[in-house]
Amino acid sequence: MAKEQLMSYEDAIERFEVVIGLEVHVELNTVSKMFCGCANNFGSEPNTNVCPTCLGLPGSLPAVNRKAVESSIAIGLALDCQIASNGRFARKNYFYPDLAKNFQTSQFDEPIAFEGEISIELETGEVFMVPIERAHMEEDAGKLTHVGGATGRIQGAEYSLVDYNRAGVPLVEIVTKPIYGALDKAPELAATYVRAIRDIVKSMNVSDAKMERGNVRCDANVSLREKGAEKLGTRTETKNVNSLKSIENTVRYEIRRQAFILASGGKIIQETRHWHEDRGHTSAGRPKSDADDYRYFPEPDLVPVQPSQEWIEEIRQTLSEKPALRRKRLQAAWGFADLEFRDVLNSDLLDEIEATVSAGASPQSARKWWTGELARLANAQQVAVQDLPITPEQVASIQSLIDSGELTDRIARDVVAGVLAGEGEPAEVIESRGLKIVTDEGALIAAIDKALASQPDVMEKIRDGKLQAAGAVIGAVMQEMRGQADAARVRELILERAK
Amino acid sequence: MTEITSSSAAVLAGLISSKQVSSVEITTAFLDRLEKLNPKTNSYLYFNRENSLAQAKKADQQLADGTAVSPLHGVPIAVKDNLTTTDAPTTAGSKILEGWVPQYDATVVRKLREASMPILGKTNLDEFAMGSSTEFSAYGPSKNPWDLTRIPGGSGGGSSSAIAGHLAPLAIGSDTGGSIRFPAAMTGSVGAKPTYGAVSRYGLIALASSLDQIGPVTNSVMDAAMLQDVIAGHDPHDSTSLPDSLGSMVQSVKEADVKGLRVGVIRQLSSDGFQPGVKACFDDTIEKLAAAGAEIIEVDCPSFEYAVAAYYLILPAEASSNLAKFDSVRFGLRVTPEGNPTIEDVMAATREQGFGPEVKRRIILGTYALSSGYYDAYYGSAQKVRTLIQQDLAKAFTQADVLLTPTAPTTAFKIGEKVDDPLAMYLNDVATIPANLAGIPGISVPNGLASEDGLPSGVQILAPAMQDGQMYRVASIVEKLYTDQWGASLIARVPDLEAL
Amino acid sequence: MSEITPDLVRHLASLARILVTDQEVEQLAGELGVIVDSVATVTKAVSGDVAATSHPIPMANVYREDVILPSLTQLQALSSAPDSTDGRFKVNAILDED
Ligand SMILES: [Zn+2]
Repeated sequence: MAKEQLMSYEDAIERFEVVIGLEVHVELNTVSKMFCGCANNFGSEPNTNVCPTCLGLPGSLPAVNRKAVESSIAIGLALDCQIASNGRFARKNYFYPDLAKNFQTSQFDEPIAFEGEISIELETGEVFMVPIERAHMEEDAGKLTHVGGATGRIQGAEYSLVDYNRAGVPLVEIVTKPIYGALDKAPELAATYVRAIRDIVKSMNVSDAKMERGNVRCDANVSLREKGAEKLGTRTETKNVNSLKSIENTVRYEIRRQAFILASGGKIIQETRHWHEDRGHTSAGRPKSDADDYRYFPEPDLVPVQPSQEWIEEIRQTLSEKPALRRKRLQAAWGFADLEFRDVLNSDLLDEIEATVSAGASPQSARKWWTGELARLANAQQVAVQDLPITPEQVASIQSLIDSGELTDRIARDVVAGVLAGEGEPAEVIESRGLKIVTDEGALIAAIDKALASQPDVMEKIRDGKLQAAGAVIGAVMQEMRGQADAARVRELILERAK
Repeated sequence: MTEITSSSAAVLAGLISSKQVSSVEITTAFLDRLEKLNPKTNSYLYFNRENSLAQAKKADQQLADGTAVSPLHGVPIAVKDNLTTTDAPTTAGSKILEGWVPQYDATVVRKLREASMPILGKTNLDEFAMGSSTEFSAYGPSKNPWDLTRIPGGSGGGSSSAIAGHLAPLAIGSDTGGSIRFPAAMTGSVGAKPTYGAVSRYGLIALASSLDQIGPVTNSVMDAAMLQDVIAGHDPHDSTSLPDSLGSMVQSVKEADVKGLRVGVIRQLSSDGFQPGVKACFDDTIEKLAAAGAEIIEVDCPSFEYAVAAYYLILPAEASSNLAKFDSVRFGLRVTPEGNPTIEDVMAATREQGFGPEVKRRIILGTYALSSGYYDAYYGSAQKVRTLIQQDLAKAFTQADVLLTPTAPTTAFKIGEKVDDPLAMYLNDVATIPANLAGIPGISVPNGLASEDGLPSGVQILAPAMQDGQMYRVASIVEKLYTDQWGASLIARVPDLEAL
Repeated sequence: MSEITPDLVRHLASLARILVTDQEVEQLAGELGVIVDSVATVTKAVSGDVAATSHPIPMANVYREDVILPSLTQLQALSSAPDSTDGRFKVNAILDED
């Protein structure tokens, strides 16, 4: 394929207004599937979580999973949506071998939730209200594997294999209204929005929310129009963009690609496209045509979903705090500066720091441990900091020993190393490694005298008011004590002797 | 014909429970007869003596052990071949399913097994139940035992001819626009379509999901009531199945009493378009009821005029979607064209060769009715007609307890007579379709032989939704008026098949 | 006269994944034209706000609980497949990406 030409991002943003729309599919983590009692399990042997219904065998019928409806309502409420008093399922008819019945049971003009919004805060602190058009229930399709051909891709494949384990897994599709005014921030906004959705469904525990497993997937719509133009431009839809980074890259790429075409007098074709993270570009899929006549009609095998007000309120009560509100609350409670807090969010350490604080550490010390020493160690070991074998409670207990003067920062780092090395609880590491701080002042004074003896001019300088000269002596004392001394106390003792 | 094969199911059930005759003996009698005569009627697409007898043996054993539970214990039955059975191929009358042995039993089949009713075999039907003559079966038409050159009605002509030919004492049918009632009328048997949702559709190969309903095809109203009591009830597999029981139909039959009964005659279905002999039979039924003390009221259902049109939009629309699953991937026929075909090519070739002309016609019609730009005008309007029909019926049922119509416009026509004229074929269901659109129960009871051809005629009794008991009560009254006159059921007069 | 043209029949047949020959297209266009002219009378039956009935017996809120029921075995699932391999249903290559 010829390489597509792109306009520079800056020029594109200068000339065009960007309009984006995002469709996020969230796989629910119900025990069973949407319309049958097969297990909703990732990674089972192929075609073992299947039954007549999800295999689309003749005569089979669907039956709606109550928990899936409940989770869908909960997602709707979390996005400040209205909940439909009469929601119906519909059939979306199209042929594809991963679709067992050759129609997808979905919702069409009567979604379970509609008209919501979510506030999204960008890196700069700028806040966007993203308008939500709807959130509706539907079922996932099976999984196709393309065999043969050079790349294992669909083109050139000799044949394909179908596993229907995923067919009928409940999905909630969340659709935004067109998002205007993000300007150069459109790519970042898209990724931050998807992250926000992921965080919400994860914190509500309605989805495993693992993007790498496809639990959260995004279709990104992008269109451009000349600044000041009324009419919306033709949009493209890039399908199944499955990482936050890819979402940002996709939107950025489409802006540049479309800008080049429009600027050179070309027309954007309304089509679905595919993002290739490895190659850093999107490629054209099928053009939209009247072949996309899905012939929606009300699913005659199911009856309407009419959630009572009581049920909706009951679900509302169980909603966990919204991530955005939670973040606001924690930042205020902890008194973190914006930059400090953003650092915490970017490293995804809110949960760990919150747990460390509730185990007794001060917010600042908890932050420093997790974004500092622990992040460094994790990075060195190439693991996620959340996956280090140390608990927030252990971090808090080490910090409390620092606060009470029993450990210095340096010794505390040794204790952490011991915990990470699997040597047990902090107290056990301190015991076995002999890491108690030296508080015997006699020993300290002896060490100070020894150091002063080899640096006789120091006392003179201190008496002349050059207090920083004490530093050299402190260093020597700490070395003598193998680090296991309180440097502040050593300093005090030196200054006392100089009097 | 033995005494056994000419007996009603109720009588056979009594013989079995009193241990005068075993289920094996009865099942054997029917198997002997159907093995001999099925080549004449083509009622069954599949039967398996060993399998049926094994079930009969089990029923006899349970009886000996004292663990029999069902009133129809041990009575064999024929099942329409659009219900899934794990021990018999299920074709729905289509080439596209030839040889498919389902991985699960339909709920109704499971209930028959639980009631220890041996299954004799699977009966013929128009392909996917699309038709009213069985001429659209991929496996050849069934023949009417009254005249083997004539259709036995459809789509359930296999079941109706099996009943009329005494190749089964009981049969299961499915009714989307008349596929139980119309064949019953054509063969002088009794066929009932219960209220929509009274019987689970799980395992019924769907034609039009919002219209389909399973029901009994039998020799008598009591037999039908007994069978409905066995197969009805809520099923968690079918979300549209009624949550509550409609009560015992057998009890309703026993309570039959004409006193105070208000019988409605629908103006739109009592004059034009009926064969004179059929019309005469119908008028006779009304006269008999009046003479017995019923009050006869004429009711008006103006929107019935649009029922057939609405039906032939809703049915194809739903069917076009229901039949999309026949794609050669998970089950059924696969036709791989020459060259280097894609899966799309394989699907299109499979569906071209696997479906017959009527099925393709309806799929394409339904695709049209649902396609963007036409939906509102066609499917949307048809659904509104449904509302109007329900409103007409609601009003009529304030005036009358039940409504009566001739079941069919004519008696059984000749095989081949209408097969090339879809519109003429569609009009066979003019009287039966409104019940499906409105979800109400309807039953066809034989009411004589038409004077011009000596072929059976049927009268249809419609009751309000959920009042299946009322329907059976009146059906029993009508039946009795005739058996009192004839001294036997109409079906006793069917010609001797062995001699034909 | 009917709006069912041969081109429309071809389009509908492709939506319905049914291969049709030119001869079949002509024949179907004729037959469907007659049927459509006849069923189109429904458009005259309704005026104004009549609610649509998609389900004959009004019901709502029928749910199953979120519990696992027995599934088929892989062998059962594949038992009627025209072709399968590696525990999966095997089909010819797919035309286009999407
Ligand atoms: Zn399943």
